[in-house]
Amino acid sequence: MLAYVIQRVAQSALVLLVVGLVAFSMFRFVGDPIDNMLGQERTQADIDRLRVVLGLDQPFVVQYYKFLESAVQGNFGVSYRQGRPVSEILMERAPATLELAAVSGFLAISLGIALGVFTAIRRNGFAANAIMSVSLIGVSLPTFLIGILLIYLFSVELGWLPSFGRGETVKIGGWSTGFLTESGLKALILPSITLGLYQMTLIMRLVRSEMLEVLRQDYIRFARARGLKERAVNFHHALKNTLVPVITVTGLQLGSIIAFAIITETVFQWPGVGLLFINAIQFVDIPVMAAYLMLISVMFVGINLIVDLLYFAIDPRLRADRTGGH
Amino acid sequence: MTKPILSIRDLTVEIPTRHGILRPVDGVSYDITAGEILGVVGESGAGKSMAGNAVIGLLSPPAHISKGEIHVNGRRVDQLQGDAMRKLRGKEIGMVFQDPLTSLNPLLRIGDQLTETMLAHLDISRAEADKRAVAALEEVGIPGAAERVGSYPHEFSGGMRQRVVIALALCAEPSLIIADEPTTALDVSVQAQIIALLKRLCRDRGTAVMLITHDMGVIAEAADRVAVMYAGKLAELGPVRDVLTAPLHPYTDGLMGSTPLASRGKARLHQIPGAMPRLDALPPGCAFSPRCPKVQAVCRQDPGPHIEDGAGRAACFFPLSREEVA
Repeated sequence: MLAYVIQRVAQSALVLLVVGLVAFSMFRFVGDPIDNMLGQERTQADIDRLRVVLGLDQPFVVQYYKFLESAVQGNFGVSYRQGRPVSEILMERAPATLELAAVSGFLAISLGIALGVFTAIRRNGFAANAIMSVSLIGVSLPTFLIGILLIYLFSVELGWLPSFGRGETVKIGGWSTGFLTESGLKALILPSITLGLYQMTLIMRLVRSEMLEVLRQDYIRFARARGLKERAVNFHHALKNTLVPVITVTGLQLGSIIAFAIITETVFQWPGVGLLFINAIQFVDIPVMAAYLMLISVMFVGINLIVDLLYFAIDPRLRADRTGGH
Repeated sequence: MTKPILSIRDLTVEIPTRHGILRPVDGVSYDITAGEILGVVGESGAGKSMAGNAVIGLLSPPAHISKGEIHVNGRRVDQLQGDAMRKLRGKEIGMVFQDPLTSLNPLLRIGDQLTETMLAHLDISRAEADKRAVAALEEVGIPGAAERVGSYPHEFSGGMRQRVVIALALCAEPSLIIADEPTTALDVSVQAQIIALLKRLCRDRGTAVMLITHDMGVIAEAADRVAVMYAGKLAELGPVRDVLTAPLHPYTDGLMGSTPLASRGKARLHQIPGAMPRLDALPPGCAFSPRCPKVQAVCRQDPGPHIEDGAGRAACFFPLSREEVA
């Protein structure tokens, strides 16, 4: 078990290195940051000097190595645009994104599993069919369109909820939270629905098809033949067996909730890291882009590691390597 | 004769399809008394399993009981719905399925599957159920039962798993066991052990057994009486000795002729010409008439009378006489 974890952590580190390398090689094509940083009145001497100061005159492998060297020390450099340390900017923005992602992830998982089980058990019922049809909208409409539709309905027409921003936030330590104020909570509703809807419908459809598959299995028939209560058969016997594939997909989806918060954050002008990244791209703010990409890949890799460990917790057959069997 | 545990009268199961109504079980009647093992034989699709599923109320829709009655311990059960039927399953009727590899929930410890079944039916404490789980495993011959209650299904061999399945089917002390091909998926050497185990447990407890199989060897080994099914109908029913050595129905005779016996030496096996008709293409009259060596014009119009001969009965106009075969 421990050997497995160590092996996985080593693999994860390798993945991060490769992600960084690919990202860095791509930064060469997004434009020249010097253009944006110096005003109209620049001279060639200014440009050359700044290039040397930023280390942009060196080959990208050297730039990458320098980035890694300081990154492992927690130093992601200074933003070209804001002139402040990138880690400071990220720390400031991260709570907004993480809170949004947490709420929409929670919505997606809880509603997704509940509706998935419901539509599987009442396979031919009217309500289940209606939910399945509506869920097609969630899968097929693009996120930004859902966001705009929600804004139109609840902010413009009904005027119930704010259309942009985080509302009032409260600082707890270095963490600014929107959970503690009414306007903060209200502001969370539309963005988290927008962000979580696709994941929710995906999880729901996955849970449903896995449940239908599991409900056909012999051990479910045998559980029924032993006179277990329907609730025990559905939730204890069937749902548990659907969890391994569901956790795989859900883990990846949680990663993408954080990563693709970019679109939702743009639509709702949510002051998170996604919006920061979009602005950084426009300005070719390489330190911010690099730090953001590393942050996202750390999350993806971390979530995948957790998912793999969860398999062990759920499925005893995977723990069988020492006891024999398979 | 003592009062039967299971009594089936004129049982008919129908499956409505687009091409008309199929009758996988058609007008079947038999009794099983306490401590008796009734073997139910027939080819695939003859309706043996379907009859078993009808008794325990696990027909998968759209299959349903359209006619006839089922009595268990003197109580009519074919019209029970929902929770009333659930309480009967496991408590009064236990079921053993064909494949022990798929009958057990892979994610739950076998001890938990046992206690869960007992707690669903018996008014006992958790601690008492734990104790009985160990006893149940000991009874079916699992070595080191006290340690093995905490094991998962994949940690057992196929034969051991079938023992666990039998322990599960018997743990709430049902008076009737339906064993649907309990040995088909097992090695020959293990088959004999499982049959011996079933026989011993049922003798000891006075449990009635419906032993569904297509294996004549298993029938000869275990059954007290035999019911031979053909295309949904009961072709012949009688004490195992009579049916095996001096069958009444020409189909049973053909079936016996196609079973390899050491005493018959190297003679070529007899084969019944043709195949069992599909349920949607049954011939009028006796379903066996197209393949019967003794067929007459009347057989093609009328399903044939129920004739009785001693303890046996058959559905045939021209039964073989005991002398003719002997």
